[in-house]
Amino acid sequence: MKTYDVAIIGAGVTGTSIARELARYKLDVALLEKEEEPAFGVSKSNSGIIHPGIQNSPGSIKGRLCVQGNLLIRSLSKELNIDFKESGELIVAFNEEETGELLRLKKEAEVLGVPGLKIVNKTWLRQNEPNLASEVIAALYAPTAGIISPYRLVYDLAENAIRNGIEIFTETKVENIVYGKPNFEIFSSKGLFRSRYVINSAGLFADEVSKMLGIDYFNIRPRKGEEFILDKKKENLTHRLILPLPSKTSKGVIIIKTADGNPMVGPTAEDIEDKEDLSTSDSGFNKVLSSARRLVPSINDKDIIAYFAGLRPVAGDDFIIKHEDKAPGFINVAGIQSPGLTTSPAIALLVTNILKDNGLALRKKFIFRAHRKKTIHLFQNPLLKAKKLIKKDPSYGDIVCRCEMVSAKEIRDAVRRGAKTMDGVKFRTRAQAGRCHGSFCTARIMKILAEERKIPVTSVTKRGKGSEMVKEGRFMLSGAEGAKREV
Amino acid sequence: MITKDLVIVGGGPAGMAAALSAHENGVKDMLLIERDQYLGGILNQCIHTGFGINYFKEVLTGPEYAGRFTERVKDTSGIEVSLKSIAVKLTSDRTVTFLKPGKLETVKTKAVIMATGCREKTREMVHIQGSRPAGIFSAGLAQKLINIEGLLPGKEVVVVGSGDIGLIMARRFAMEGAEVKAIIEIQKKTRGLLRNMVQCVEDFNIPVYFSHKISRIFGDSRVEKVSVVKVDDNLNEIPGSLFEIKCDTILMSVGLIPENELIDMAGVRIEGAKTSVPGIFVCGNSFKIYDIVDAVTKDSFLTGKLAANYIASQ
Repeated sequence: MKTYDVAIIGAGVTGTSIARELARYKLDVALLEKEEEPAFGVSKSNSGIIHPGIQNSPGSIKGRLCVQGNLLIRSLSKELNIDFKESGELIVAFNEEETGELLRLKKEAEVLGVPGLKIVNKTWLRQNEPNLASEVIAALYAPTAGIISPYRLVYDLAENAIRNGIEIFTETKVENIVYGKPNFEIFSSKGLFRSRYVINSAGLFADEVSKMLGIDYFNIRPRKGEEFILDKKKENLTHRLILPLPSKTSKGVIIIKTADGNPMVGPTAEDIEDKEDLSTSDSGFNKVLSSARRLVPSINDKDIIAYFAGLRPVAGDDFIIKHEDKAPGFINVAGIQSPGLTTSPAIALLVTNILKDNGLALRKKFIFRAHRKKTIHLFQNPLLKAKKLIKKDPSYGDIVCRCEMVSAKEIRDAVRRGAKTMDGVKFRTRAQAGRCHGSFCTARIMKILAEERKIPVTSVTKRGKGSEMVKEGRFMLSGAEGAKREV
Repeated sequence: MITKDLVIVGGGPAGMAAALSAHENGVKDMLLIERDQYLGGILNQCIHTGFGINYFKEVLTGPEYAGRFTERVKDTSGIEVSLKSIAVKLTSDRTVTFLKPGKLETVKTKAVIMATGCREKTREMVHIQGSRPAGIFSAGLAQKLINIEGLLPGKEVVVVGSGDIGLIMARRFAMEGAEVKAIIEIQKKTRGLLRNMVQCVEDFNIPVYFSHKISRIFGDSRVEKVSVVKVDDNLNEIPGSLFEIKCDTILMSVGLIPENELIDMAGVRIEGAKTSVPGIFVCGNSFKIYDIVDAVTKDSFLTGKLAANYIASQ
């Protein structure tokens, strides 16, 4: 049986970032994920903000990592060929007292090294953000804030990690870990894994994984955030991210520009008990809407095309990233809530160093393929380029999702790149995520998934076993007649 | 760039009627673009009867009703049809850009008729809270899965809303042996046609709860149950009236919305069957939501004539 050098538990943005970083070295690395695809846990409801590094206390781990991560994400996005937009952000003030608070934030952020900060006045705001509430009197402008697609980042990291030799095991739930000196034995739903080092990036379940080795000084509390997605028609609602002044528990309800164009509004912050409770509520809905309208009054509930909840894994105020001396070789990477996405490349470097400090020999591979071919999203290209693509491959002209304009070619590509479920296709391509919510394209995507994966269409799931889309095949055509039917 | 006197966007009943009418009224240079691989639009999945009673004085199924127009369109040499073609852009100078496998084409026109139909309102639009498992379908998607794809979406069904598609799909599931546990309607009476209440609901003994709404959806992977609550005249929940229904499937039939995104994005406003831009017309469900297709056909013939007259006057 193979002994891995490093086993990483959890394929969210933290786990995949670490895996991809370790892929530079001559190491056997296994990435274990309990869900059917990466990014199906905490990462799937991330808002995609790359934070500039404001609002973290100067002494915190996340404060340091955030500024570093904001820099690193730029080169990473170039290597992975994934769109990163430096949109900038505005933290707004409604009165003199809040303006004073902005000055304090600015000062603190400058200590951490956040570049380019300035206070802008009402005139500037009128000119640059005309839809902003007229009651806003000033704002702290941070030009280095940006946006990225959180799922695409995870999928592209995973894809690049695999290309560089990392092994990813999905539907592999870790049930127990035994420290069997010198190696760890990891018992999972897919059998036993043996590894010299174990990295716990299990998100909401990091406390449970840690407890398997008797390390129980922290608990993960889920903090729910409910969010809206607005119609793409509202793409230019704001030009920058708009934030209120932060509260103690969260950055407040934010007007978010997303990588896909659709504005996103949210999230709320509510501490709950159940780590699987992704339900939305009337109170959350009203809270998001009223808080968002306070910033941008023209937001209309008719423009809401999707509404969902996500959970942040909270383990106190700061991240926990450390080697556990009680179980040498075991590293906790826990409590990675906001700004987890921004910090992910910095966390990956930090964890790599912790491994090195604890005896793991890091020898660079002769060949590390850092670059990844760009995933094509047809209508994110200029019209002329789109025309060329369609000419080159006619299936680009075959639109499956009419609301978000996603072609059959893009959906097949997504499946070939690893999408196994309807949600996997949605997260990668936005097909089914538009205003009709998949009413028009679901049937066709199911057939493409079935065809590409060579499974019966009745086995296609929304997000893994138990979530099959339909209950039964009834009058499915087979043989010659079935073959005539177009997918 | 190509040029046409008239482009009709959408090959459902509205687009076909408009095309035939424009042709009768003298337009000979026209292009009808349809995103599906067949003409007929949503009628193709409406295999139940009840179509054509007013227009043809006959009882037809959806595909039969569509077929009558499809044949006529095919036999009319002046109507050029482009299938698997989706309009991606309309501009106020009456230029239409459309996409088909292998080609992105721009057409300059004298007039455009938009007959792009409608879409169903989603669960998000009526603010039903709870989880987001598999098993929640718009009634139209469920209709497509059963009638076109031969797949049974679920076996224990709750229908939300009593619109015609919801009533017809309640019957369709019952016919396939699924158990339709309830139709939940927030209003005091049905939004559907009386004949559908009789033929689809009463004849199949399907329980209908008027003045009730779904307050929450439960289930992690697949829908497991819904909670239902009675509402008062102002649609507020009545305390103590909550009960649960076990089910694996929820069908949403809570209304339709005209699909006018291309018109909106062109900055064009709809003003009756005309728009704020001379030469751009709208008909069918993209103009307003109709109860029966016969009326769509009748009105769209008028729109076709309006467009023909406009082209002649230029």
